[in-house]
Amino acid sequence: MTANVPAGADPRPEPVRDRALPRSSGRRIGDILFSDYFVLYLSIAYFLALIPFLPTLSTPANLANLLSNMWPLLVVAIGQTFVLTIAGIDLSQGAVAGLTSVAAALLLATAAPVAVLGNAPVWGVFLGETGGLLAGAPGATTIGVALILLIGGLIGLANGLAVAVLRMPAFMVTLVTMIAVGAFAIWLTQSNNIRDLPDNFIALGKGTLVSLYFGEAETSEVARRALHAFVTWPMIIALGVAVAAHIALNRTVFGRYVFAIGINRKTAEISGVPVRRVIVTVFVISAVCAAIASILYTARLETGRPTLGSGNFLLDVIGATVIGGTSLFGGKAKIVWTFFGVLFFVLLSNTLNLMNLSAFHIDMVKGGVILAAAFLDVTRTRLMLERTP
Amino acid sequence: MSTLLAFDGLSRDWFGVPAVSDLTLDIPEGSTLGLIGQNGAGKSTLMNMVGGVVPPSRGSMRWKGAEYAPRSPADATRRGIAFIHQELNLFTNLSIAENVFIDGFPRRFGLIDARRMHDVTAALLERLQLTHRPETPVGDLAPGERQIVEIAKALHRAADLIIFDEPTTSLTPRETARLFDLIGRLKAEGRTVVYISHILGDVARLCDTVAVLRDGRMVDTGPASAFDTERMIRSMIGRDLAGMYPGRTAAPAAEPVFEARGLTLSGVIEDVSFTVRQGEVLGLFGLMGSGRSELARVIFGLDPLERGSLTLAGRNLAGGPAARIAAGLAFVTENRREEGLLLEAPVAQNLSLVALRDFARGALALLDETHHASATADLGADLAIRANDIHRQSVKALSGGNQQKAVIGKWLMSGPRLFLLDEPTRGVDVGAKFEIYGLIDRLAASGAGILFISSELEELTGMCDRILVMRRGELGPAFVPPFERMHILAAAFGEAVA
Repeated sequence: MTANVPAGADPRPEPVRDRALPRSSGRRIGDILFSDYFVLYLSIAYFLALIPFLPTLSTPANLANLLSNMWPLLVVAIGQTFVLTIAGIDLSQGAVAGLTSVAAALLLATAAPVAVLGNAPVWGVFLGETGGLLAGAPGATTIGVALILLIGGLIGLANGLAVAVLRMPAFMVTLVTMIAVGAFAIWLTQSNNIRDLPDNFIALGKGTLVSLYFGEAETSEVARRALHAFVTWPMIIALGVAVAAHIALNRTVFGRYVFAIGINRKTAEISGVPVRRVIVTVFVISAVCAAIASILYTARLETGRPTLGSGNFLLDVIGATVIGGTSLFGGKAKIVWTFFGVLFFVLLSNTLNLMNLSAFHIDMVKGGVILAAAFLDVTRTRLMLERTP
Repeated sequence: MSTLLAFDGLSRDWFGVPAVSDLTLDIPEGSTLGLIGQNGAGKSTLMNMVGGVVPPSRGSMRWKGAEYAPRSPADATRRGIAFIHQELNLFTNLSIAENVFIDGFPRRFGLIDARRMHDVTAALLERLQLTHRPETPVGDLAPGERQIVEIAKALHRAADLIIFDEPTTSLTPRETARLFDLIGRLKAEGRTVVYISHILGDVARLCDTVAVLRDGRMVDTGPASAFDTERMIRSMIGRDLAGMYPGRTAAPAAEPVFEARGLTLSGVIEDVSFTVRQGEVLGLFGLMGSGRSELARVIFGLDPLERGSLTLAGRNLAGGPAARIAAGLAFVTENRREEGLLLEAPVAQNLSLVALRDFARGALALLDETHHASATADLGADLAIRANDIHRQSVKALSGGNQQKAVIGKWLMSGPRLFLLDEPTRGVDVGAKFEIYGLIDRLAASGAGILFISSELEELTGMCDRILVMRRGELGPAFVPPFERMHILAAAFGEAVA
């Protein structure tokens, strides 16, 4: 173990209560760099470093906002993580989110204005003055959510079959799906948004279980906006998806197969891994995750929006996943990495917003950060190889 | 003869572990040096130093009498050193001429001078007796022909020293003979050759001098005439190897375990029928392109079968690989890096890949980690796979021999009835070969049938109960001990024995 103290490193001795073997600071920096929690440490350091400059950053209102931005993105990114693990990519998640957002409204809306939507192809078929197909029916929201997930799953199935059975490249297949499904969603409503979603559906995106109040203790009435939501339904749903995904990827035979295919599809095939079935399943997971995220977004916006997944959606998802450390070349992924990647990405967007930068500036910085993350990944991999001869 | 390349106390450490230590050797101009050693003996590191890929930790090199410290592979190329690797450095999408001129296209008025490229390449190809047009894409050439293109590149650069690293691994005997003829002519032209190979007979035949590396040190050197195969092996492994092959411990049973009837895939395999008995090691010999690897792929269900039937342990084989594995089939392909291993995954995950479902618990197919860890650890120990920690170390970090043990090992957990072994000892050093032969014997003794496909007739005659010969997709007669090498070779080449 050679002491490799970088210039300016803190020469403070080990705390007495730390009874672990004395570690050199070079080795300790290495431990942090190679830790699964590296991006978490990075996020915390970034957060602490910016508090002096952006005092609003640590206010309860902003923290609640940060968290609420995190959950839907986490769900989509988890789906993407599975696809990246098999060395694929799913460009169609945004389009799936857009279509399922429209579908949610077409099924569940309780009213619709003819003036806005009268020209849409869905008018009179799925949607009328009295709302969507299931409007007012008992259990409408439950059935609606199930149908939305089914729609997502079917698109994923189509992607998966094209990749696994027809052996088309994932990039091509999902690019086509992105274009076609995205356009279809917009055509359905002629690019209009649909409002008037039922309350129990909206609760899925905004419902609060634990709220905190940081104001005066004596006030008898508390304004709604003085309450800051911390434990919300989206949080429960996203964390539930994350735990399930973590178990599926790390603790099941299926997860091992996913990694095996990502590392070497030929070897997996010859070793009897059901390669096609696993690939199809992975694309279904990805699209269903996009549909779940779409429910969270749609409910939060109280609007079925066909363009929900356009614009920067894809950049955010793939950027967050890759920053977490998942490899675009397959075979290297962890759900916690994606979790921290999403955290960092949301934090980054939030701070850039607080700096009052324009949308263009924000995207330029985001692009730079993804590039830096990719560079860091390459460097980490190289250093890791040198560490384990 | 003056010295072309000299090493003086040359050493190279990797993370404090010496790969080459204190190596001193002169290579006279015009000589042919055979460099041998087991995998990990330091041959690659030595060649990487010569080629400017890594600098030495200590010691120095001299080239034509002057100090030589290449800083990059381009440096080495410029001085006149050419490498012919086992994995060729050719662009298969480019033509022969473009490959020859890849590091400096001739220009005329700022454009590539295609005519000059054509003429120079055509002259080179004629000298090397390769009857292809310079415009032919390298992807259309056979492996042996591609190697000749590599040599053409070296000649074009007027290389003084040509280093061949395992050049014959993917060549047919005929291509090998042609290569040796070519090396002979290079020698006659006064070029210096370093020949690195595991095939000791070739080294003895081609070289003037032999140098043996072991654990990074030069342990034995002398004129090739003073070396017989036994001395080479003894020097390489540092002890006497009592025979190259372990004895077979059990005789095959009478009952067949596998039967192939009338297998046909037009143009590849023609009406192939044979039987493998329980505990039998059945050799399959044939030249490259004879259909031997294709036969294995058809049996395993990777390629479709036009006609014919397959029976394993009394059951009809059908479907894809997964169904056939379930029926008791195992397939070690000739290509362990591309098809055999998950290189980046830990050793343990490679070992359990085939039998992974056996570790599933409950409806969610959760992995039983404890059972998985102990089972893979037991298997790793049983196979004597040398790794620091099979649960964390990636299989990529293992030596070729240990990688190959992992490829065979991953099949053992599912208890197959028939093993298809395609070139199971390719690119593996002498010591590891011996271990793999021992493993084959153990599998046979446990009652499994083995179809042992190889282009090394030597190992087939050493290990097999019977040897089949395949030629142009057809099976010839079966040979039984005592094996007559000449007859088997003649059957493979389709020539009558005088």
